[in-house]
Amino acid sequence: MFKIVTKKVLSEVNKLMEVEAPLVARKAEPGQFIILRVHENGERIPLTIADSDKEKGTITIIYQEVGKTTKELGTLEAGDHLCDFVGPLGKAMELPSASGRVVAVGGGVGIAPVYPKVKALHNAGMEVISIIGAQTADLLILEDEMRAVSKELHVCTDDGTKGHHGFVTDVLKNILEEKGKEIDEIVAVGPLPMMQAVSNLTKSYDVKTLVSLNPIMVDGTGMCGCCRVTVGGETKFSCVDGPVFDAHQVDFEELTRRSHTYLEEEKIALENFEQERISGGGN
Amino acid sequence: MPLDKEQVRQLRRMKEKHPMPEQDPKERIKNFDEVPFGYDAETAVKEATRCLQCKKAECVEGCPVEVDIPAFIKLIAEKKFDEGIKKLKEKNNLPAVCGRVCPQEAQCEAFCIRGKRAEPVAIGRLERFLADYELEKGVETPPRPKSTGKRVAIVGSGPAGLTAAGDLARMGHEVVLFEAFHATGGVLRYGIPEFRLPKEKVLQREVDYIASLGVEIRTNVVVGKTITVDELFEEGFQAVFIGSGAGLPQFQGIPGENLNGVYSANEFLTRTNLMKAYLFPDWDTPIKLGKKVAVVGAGNVAMDSARTALRLGAEEVHIVYRRSDKEMPARAEEIEHAKEEGVIFNLLTNPVKIFGDDDGWVKGMECIKMELGEPDESGRARPIPIEGSEYVFDVETVVIAIGNSPNPLIPQTTSGLELGWKNTIKTDEEGATSRKGIFAGGDIVTGAATVILAMGAGKKAARAMDRYLQTL
Repeated sequence: MFKIVTKKVLSEVNKLMEVEAPLVARKAEPGQFIILRVHENGERIPLTIADSDKEKGTITIIYQEVGKTTKELGTLEAGDHLCDFVGPLGKAMELPSASGRVVAVGGGVGIAPVYPKVKALHNAGMEVISIIGAQTADLLILEDEMRAVSKELHVCTDDGTKGHHGFVTDVLKNILEEKGKEIDEIVAVGPLPMMQAVSNLTKSYDVKTLVSLNPIMVDGTGMCGCCRVTVGGETKFSCVDGPVFDAHQVDFEELTRRSHTYLEEEKIALENFEQERISGGGN
Repeated sequence: MPLDKEQVRQLRRMKEKHPMPEQDPKERIKNFDEVPFGYDAETAVKEATRCLQCKKAECVEGCPVEVDIPAFIKLIAEKKFDEGIKKLKEKNNLPAVCGRVCPQEAQCEAFCIRGKRAEPVAIGRLERFLADYELEKGVETPPRPKSTGKRVAIVGSGPAGLTAAGDLARMGHEVVLFEAFHATGGVLRYGIPEFRLPKEKVLQREVDYIASLGVEIRTNVVVGKTITVDELFEEGFQAVFIGSGAGLPQFQGIPGENLNGVYSANEFLTRTNLMKAYLFPDWDTPIKLGKKVAVVGAGNVAMDSARTALRLGAEEVHIVYRRSDKEMPARAEEIEHAKEEGVIFNLLTNPVKIFGDDDGWVKGMECIKMELGEPDESGRARPIPIEGSEYVFDVETVVIAIGNSPNPLIPQTTSGLELGWKNTIKTDEEGATSRKGIFAGGDIVTGAATVILAMGAGKKAARAMDRYLQTL
């Protein structure tokens, strides 16, 4: 059992949890993820490591409540326990050389996995330009944290309730136009359509772009192949070969399609869960 | 009542094994309950009486874990079941598992003298009988030996790891067993279906028995990620056994393998067995199946996948295999059960392409007919495509069950390990690797093989580790 040490509500749907997992914390590096199960009948879901504290032996996860499992996770409070918590899985992100200029793009709950990477770059003495975006101001997370580790921070909202009214790609395009040649690398994490849009944009400027993928997984150790993704024409397992890949090589259409495999079942699970909650649970 | 002389004489002449009652195929494809029910005591005693009690018992040579087969069978014939199970467990830590999943026809029973003119003694069924008898009655834990104070880490809780762990604990060593998943058993848990190996009733209780021998089990630890083998030594373990299995699914590399509706057998079975997708939505993990399912391959994993697909509600399930029925690597009983249940066998057939609809879901598979040529390096006839014989068949789900390679996580993260073909770990006959104190066995050494061979390797390695630990 893994104890939830702290819980923070970042927005209506985004929550942060610090979980006691000393073995995982000892090894965790930016870019890696964990897999957890909420309860005995639960599914295994991968979540990116948003932060880790070796001394306290804790891992921070930030998640958006979208389906049954994340909503159920959201009902737990500090002091509660998770049934399973395993990691760190996947490869750590390679840091660009110290001379490089980096633009980091985070969309929605994707700001959470971007944050530890920017923090690592910042700690390595690099200057990072960050762009974060969300549908609306209330859903924007980690703004202060991102500002603290970024040289410049640009904020966008789809509905214009904060910062630039529009997409992160609008801001990114301006930056690329202004100082395209100075930028060595772009790191983008967010919803698939955002990562695909960023990738398409940066391809035309020929700037190396890394994305962190979050496909459906089961074991997370390369055993099942559920998370396979075509990268540069080859099948890769996101859990062991990634989750960070060169965006320009990723087949986003296939990835998007595969992420829809269980839409129907996800809907059923969620409806059942909501119904149980309304009727006060079956216990 | 003991059997009289005439009864014994008749039984000794009986040509066939006593049949084991099982669920009707029409019924059983609607549930995940175990297929065979096992012998009752009376049948077991009768079947045991068929054994000729050879002085030089060749069956034992066919057993990778060296069970004294005539001895335990004799005890069954004498109705001394408690002594029988003790005898069996002297060598085999997982008899309820072996009695169900061993390919006995290729091992102990293949050597049975009775098999030369008639059917061999049903050694597997008798083993299962004793194991189930004990599970029913309550498993006895042997007294713990005095601790040697030596600490051993076992990586992977599959058949190799469980066996090594159990044996080393019985030798008095302090054993910690690490498992990457949230539940123990390895392939016994995620791979072999409930209807062949019940998880709570059988597997969990065998694992509990191993734990009761003094083995500490730590789940949710991915050795190679959470902690490396080198770090295990730093933490004070004096020897490490690697039994991490063949957990890397192979694909054919044909177009369309990443379409929605194509599963590796590992994923298909893990979702169903470990994650209990057949109980969705009571359990959270889903699985999605079309009406028509094709399973590529003809090993045990392929049979398990095909029979699982039927139970998940598929209307038509096909095995697609590039060689003929003679070369099918599955256990005879699995092939028989699959046929009884209505699985359709498309032999001498190889997929060349999988087609998808506009939304990217599988809708068909192009196959080519094959013929057999000269034997290849595996000793089996080489399948050769017949030009122009391509055809398309409609199918909505494809399960690829053409084999597994060793999982590279540990080979890649452990310094100084000599590796062989496809990231297998090289060992000597007794499981010693190129690095002092590190031993390995099971599929990580041999590539995908059987449960019992993995157990045999675990047993040999445990002995070698014990000797090694005594030198420290």
